[in-house]
Amino acid sequence: MPVFIINRLFQALGVILVMSVLVFVGLYLIGDPTSMLVSPEATEIERQALRKALGLDQSIWVQYLTFLENAVQGDFGRSFLTGQPALQLIIERMPATVELVIVAMTFSVLVGVPLGILAGLRPKAPSSKAIMTGSILGFSLPNFWIGLMLIMLFAVYLGVLPASARGETVSVGPVALSILTVDGWQHLALPALTLGLAKAALMIRVTRAATREVLPMDYIKFARAKGLRPSRILNVHLLKNILIPIITVAGLEFGQAIAFAVVTESVFSWPGMGKLLIDSIITLDRPVVVAYLIMMVFFLVILNLVVDILYMAIDPSAREKVRD
Amino acid sequence: MNFVKTGLAASAAFLLMGALSLSAADLKIGVKSEPSSLDPQFHVLVPNVQVTFAMFDPLVMMDPKLVPKPALAESWKPTSDTVWEFALRKDAKFSDGSPLTADDVVFTFDRIPKVPNSPTAFTLFTRQIAKVEAADANTVRITTKQPYPLLVTDIANLPILSKAAASGPAAEGKTTVEFNRGEGLVGTGPFKFVSWQKGADLVLERNPNYWGKPAAWDKVIYRPMTNPAARAAALLSGDIDMMEDPPTTDLEQFKTNPKLTVAEAPGTRIVYIALDQKGEPSPGIPGQGNKNPLMDKRVREALSLAIDRKAIAERVMGGVAVATGDLLPEPMFGAVKARQAAPAVDTAKAKALLAEAGYPNGFQITLGTPNGRYVNDARVAQTIAAMWTRAGVKAEVAAAAPPVFFKSRDNFEYSAYLAAWGNSTGEMSTTLRSLVGTREPSKGSGTSNGGRYSNPELDALLDKASATMDDKARKELLQKADEMVLSDYGIIPVHFEVPVWALRKGLSYAARADQYTLPQDVTSAK
Repeated sequence: MPVFIINRLFQALGVILVMSVLVFVGLYLIGDPTSMLVSPEATEIERQALRKALGLDQSIWVQYLTFLENAVQGDFGRSFLTGQPALQLIIERMPATVELVIVAMTFSVLVGVPLGILAGLRPKAPSSKAIMTGSILGFSLPNFWIGLMLIMLFAVYLGVLPASARGETVSVGPVALSILTVDGWQHLALPALTLGLAKAALMIRVTRAATREVLPMDYIKFARAKGLRPSRILNVHLLKNILIPIITVAGLEFGQAIAFAVVTESVFSWPGMGKLLIDSIITLDRPVVVAYLIMMVFFLVILNLVVDILYMAIDPSAREKVRD
Repeated sequence: MNFVKTGLAASAAFLLMGALSLSAADLKIGVKSEPSSLDPQFHVLVPNVQVTFAMFDPLVMMDPKLVPKPALAESWKPTSDTVWEFALRKDAKFSDGSPLTADDVVFTFDRIPKVPNSPTAFTLFTRQIAKVEAADANTVRITTKQPYPLLVTDIANLPILSKAAASGPAAEGKTTVEFNRGEGLVGTGPFKFVSWQKGADLVLERNPNYWGKPAAWDKVIYRPMTNPAARAAALLSGDIDMMEDPPTTDLEQFKTNPKLTVAEAPGTRIVYIALDQKGEPSPGIPGQGNKNPLMDKRVREALSLAIDRKAIAERVMGGVAVATGDLLPEPMFGAVKARQAAPAVDTAKAKALLAEAGYPNGFQITLGTPNGRYVNDARVAQTIAAMWTRAGVKAEVAAAAPPVFFKSRDNFEYSAYLAAWGNSTGEMSTTLRSLVGTREPSKGSGTSNGGRYSNPELDALLDKASATMDDKARKELLQKADEMVLSDYGIIPVHFEVPVWALRKGLSYAARADQYTLPQDVTSAK
């Protein structure tokens, strides 16, 4: 087990190295950050001074090696735009995103799994067909559009929910949370719904497929033949066996949402880190982009690890494989 | 029963909260982007400057039409060619109640070059200044390195800090990080700092010690909303009271919506086409051997004549542009009255000129444009390309993301490109020097002259103007220089972008030509 984890971490390190080179070279090829940062009235004198101050007058490889040297010591550089440490900028924005995604994922699991099981148990019923059609809409409509439609409906026409920002927050230690106030929940509702709808649709489909696969299995038939209560068959024999694909998908989706909730965040002006990433890419704020992606790769690798460990807890055969 | 009671109490509380938030005069503004820092001397950038000017005053403030007006300085006069004296208001106080003195001004100018990591330093506006000193407690004396008529417009960009509040152990006093936390943000402006959460709301409140007319708002909230559709939805739903840059496609609908009103400012940002006049051949014109057709004045005139500027302003820009033939609008300093009206489109004459220049069948050209830097930039470029093609010059558009565009422009990869230039001084000299002055980076001339137009006569005129202290004489020199470039078709002006704001009905905004959103200039009818 520890060997397995260490292996995974080494893999992560490799991925991070390759990715940082790609991002570095990519942003370097796109253009010169100074042309985005500097006021158009500034002359060549100011531009040169800025290039020098940011280290952009060096060759790309010298810049990269300097970055590596500092990164090993935990310093990911300062944002070109704000002059603040890149890591600090990202961490400041993180709680807003994590909060939004947790609410959205909880919604999608609570809605998606029961509906999926329902559709899987009675595939021919009209209700099941309605659920499946709904789910197609759910993940084929673009996030952006759903967000704007929800705003039009709930904020503009009905006027019951706010269209932007985070609302009142309560600080828990260094972290500000919206979920502890009524106003915060009102602000959270629409972005979480926007983000959660597509995820819920996916959960429905995964759950239904898994249910259909497990239902004809011998152990379900045997349990039925033994005369077990349907609720017990459902909650123990069925649910336990369909959990693996659900956890896999939910885990991956969770990671995806954390790293790239950017569309929802910009539609609702949610001050999370996805917005930070897009703004940084537009201004070619390389330290922030690199630090962000490194954090995300690291985070996704850890998340996958957690999913794998959960597998082993649920599925004995996975445990055997690792031991081999 | 208990349920009902709690429910009633809760809804009563809810109503009360609603009532309270209505009675307090708050102004929520949806801004395009948030400041990169609250340090008033960190970054010369519109989102930063507009927030700074809500809390701080400069010595001289530009009014909405970019005419310098007294702010912290009651009056000013040059005492010699290079020395100016500014008399400070005696009633000006900082938000902490302490009076403004000449020492604060000296401290402010002192700190500017010391701010580290600045993406565009404010030294941009102090380059010509040799010395700033306190003549007495209420008089500041500024000495320039050479006769410099633009000093007043330059210092209009410099907010005055409080020496007591902004001093600190670091070389620059309070550091940028400390300012971002709200420390040292003590100014003489109409509002004072309350709180800032990065990526979310920046909150200000009325400054009770303000020397001028008290602001109409108890509280001002700037909310960064990068997405224009989201800004519009938030305004429609009443989430915000005012938004920057409503999408041009929604503007008609906004103007007729009984719940909204629109404010437009005179535009100073000129959208223009630059043409490569460096020499031969030119990279974006294939099939002409070693020749660059753009070196011929008749070709440049033909390209200008082929553009239907009015159609672009009305249809592509949705009316938020003013078609023009000049680089600066009247009555700004150095604009030429006869050039203001957009030249009429004349495709036949354009074709004739092309034939006369030896291109009866036209030629091919690539028109570069950024996509997403200026209002509808790529669409304007596409329209111009179509108009050129109609006149016989087969034009193709190369639209690129802004950083890519600027890189290509700086590497001179375009034979023709569309760009825009915002003039914040209200004076022609900065526009001409930057856009058509001969490219000489060390002199700060031709910084944005990607077409590399070069005219020694023009440079001489600009040099002369920049050392002429007499306003009337300088104005004439600048008008002559402007006329010289435009009649040579060295650059092709297309239109001025009109800065637009949308507000909830009942509010009005003294819309500013420099595009700053200043809460003190938003007033309520009631």
